[in-house]
Amino acid sequence: MRLAEAWRVALDALRANRLRSMLTMLGVIIGVAAVVALVAIGTGTKQQIENQVEGLGSNLLLVVPGRIQAGSAPTSSPLTLDDIDAINRVVGDRSRVAVTIASGETVRAGSRTGFASMQGVLETTPTVFVRNLDRGSYLTRTDVSTGRRVAVLGAGLARTLFADRDPIGRQITIGGVRFRVIGVFEPLGQSLGVDRDGEVHVPVTAAQRLLGTERIDGIAIRAPDRDRIGDLSTAVVAALTDRHPDTDFSAVTQEQILGVLGDILGVLTGVLAAIAGISLLVGGVGVSNIMLVSVRERTKEIGLRKAVGARPRDIGLQFLLEAVLLTTTGGILGMLLGGGTALLVDRLSPVPAALTWWSMALAFGVSAAVGIIFGVVPAQRAGRLDPVVALRTE
Amino acid sequence: MTAAIVADDVSRTYQLDGVSVPALRGVSLTVDPGDYVAIVGTSGSGKSTLMHLLGGLDRPTGGTLLIGGRDVSTLSPDEMAALRNTTIGFVFQSFHLLARTTAQDNVGLPLVYRGVGRRERRERAATMLERVGLAHRITHRPNQMSGGEQQRVAIARALVTGPSVLLADEPTGNLDSATGQSVLALLESLVDDGVAVVLVTHDRDVAARARRQIVMKDGLISETR
Ligand SMILES: Nc1ncnc2c1ncn2[C@@H]1O[C@H](COP(=O)(O)OP(=O)(O)O)[C@@H](O)[C@H]1O
Ligand SMILES: [Mg+2]
Repeated sequence: MRLAEAWRVALDALRANRLRSMLTMLGVIIGVAAVVALVAIGTGTKQQIENQVEGLGSNLLLVVPGRIQAGSAPTSSPLTLDDIDAINRVVGDRSRVAVTIASGETVRAGSRTGFASMQGVLETTPTVFVRNLDRGSYLTRTDVSTGRRVAVLGAGLARTLFADRDPIGRQITIGGVRFRVIGVFEPLGQSLGVDRDGEVHVPVTAAQRLLGTERIDGIAIRAPDRDRIGDLSTAVVAALTDRHPDTDFSAVTQEQILGVLGDILGVLTGVLAAIAGISLLVGGVGVSNIMLVSVRERTKEIGLRKAVGARPRDIGLQFLLEAVLLTTTGGILGMLLGGGTALLVDRLSPVPAALTWWSMALAFGVSAAVGIIFGVVPAQRAGRLDPVVALRTE
Repeated sequence: MTAAIVADDVSRTYQLDGVSVPALRGVSLTVDPGDYVAIVGTSGSGKSTLMHLLGGLDRPTGGTLLIGGRDVSTLSPDEMAALRNTTIGFVFQSFHLLARTTAQDNVGLPLVYRGVGRRERRERAATMLERVGLAHRITHRPNQMSGGEQQRVAIARALVTGPSVLLADEPTGNLDSATGQSVLALLESLVDDGVAVVLVTHDRDVAARARRQIVMKDGLISETR
């Protein structure tokens, strides 16, 4: 029998039982759609996070006390501004070194109240990270050295406290202490799950006085170029270890952060796809089931075809193609449904989704494979049917 | 002239739940080209079993059977399928037409399995339908036709490959007598065209019109007339 003929016969058989074919396909459609949509969401999330990490600035090196590893307790920081002077000597360029001491504080402006992440920083923050101002100006070196009580507001915080009024030059209180607003950041949105528009930047010296501490939580260094990151990392950690022999220091690069996040998200995406894959498998079992029913129902037809000269393999091929046609049609519909779902999710919800050709191709290939795998047993059974018995069936 | 089918002491025993059921117990029979053989006998005497063997749908459990000069015990399932396709035409009591398929495509079905393209299949099927007097039913489906018409379609299907033997197992069993007569007349016209016809029937008058009559009883030929 020619292949084209076999396809026609298979298509005919599926058309004869439209409703049943649709219901059988539904299992495959849902399975494939789930795989495509979930992989799209996983991929979209990964891309978004990569963009955010890269958006921080390039060639960054982050130094924190303690070891960065799962299960290690947070270490209280022994770092102070004196350490920063030492690091500035290692780096050789003060504008490439930023620090932070962070604390959650209540911020008031007149009768309005907000809760903000207060960041005590140096004037170097905009030259180390990518951080643009919407209006006003950033902290100056003098602000930092004199501990002046001036503040730069995140876009969200400015809106909470001042609505449509211009915040520049106005008074606010942070943790009950008066500050004067000198600038407002451009909106940044979420980054790694943190609302970056709810920050308020103040001179590190002012923050330390407010919190009654000398400590610094972390240091960020912007290397002049990618190749220098490694050497710089070693030198900085060595200098700090020299000054604080009892403390471990960790230096991580953006690439390392991206690598770790990418691995985690990759695993997550894989797990999601596997769960969706199980539903595809269940769909395949449904196909197998229906094909067995179909073989039984069409026993007489099989007997007749054999009587007029069909070989076992002609009959087997007919039923195998029927199963493959069911699952690949289901696969295509599932791809459309999953792709459509991903696009809708991307557009209508905060969850990002990115369709990838490989996930579509994979889903389609798997659905075809499911058809072959789950069609083989019914097809063999049909092919081996004894024509005499088949013809006697009434 | 070689015989179309030669059965020599052929037997067929079914295994049913571990019990041996001897349906044929040693039957010898020769069908020559252009022969017209009627098989009669009580129900359960082994007529259908014999027909299935003669048509290569089944294999004997004893004796030798030659179809078209070939010993079926030496043939693979694929070779048996090819033999059925080229040498044998079957007509069944219950027609066995594909329900959702037109008369034309039902008739063309055997040609599918010898790789004939659709256009040629339809041409040859149309010619064959014309020959059985159904030129006007080409695009009809089985449920749009009478029993007699359906059986004519089945006969056209059996003939489309140009077989040397046509095996008809009670072809008029589901038809009223007038329709049955016209179907028989059609089968007899084939004999005149040189096709060997083997016919199972309950009707003594029908059997009497054949060139030879074989009476079956308990899996054996009890009488040849
Ligand atoms: N597949 C089978 N398994 C077991 N016994 C069978 C089978 N087919 C037929 N028989 C038995 O073989 C005998 C002959 O049957 P069959 O050839 O159909 O007779 P007929 O066509 O003359 O009525 C019967 O006793 C029947 O019950
Ligand atoms: Mg019978």
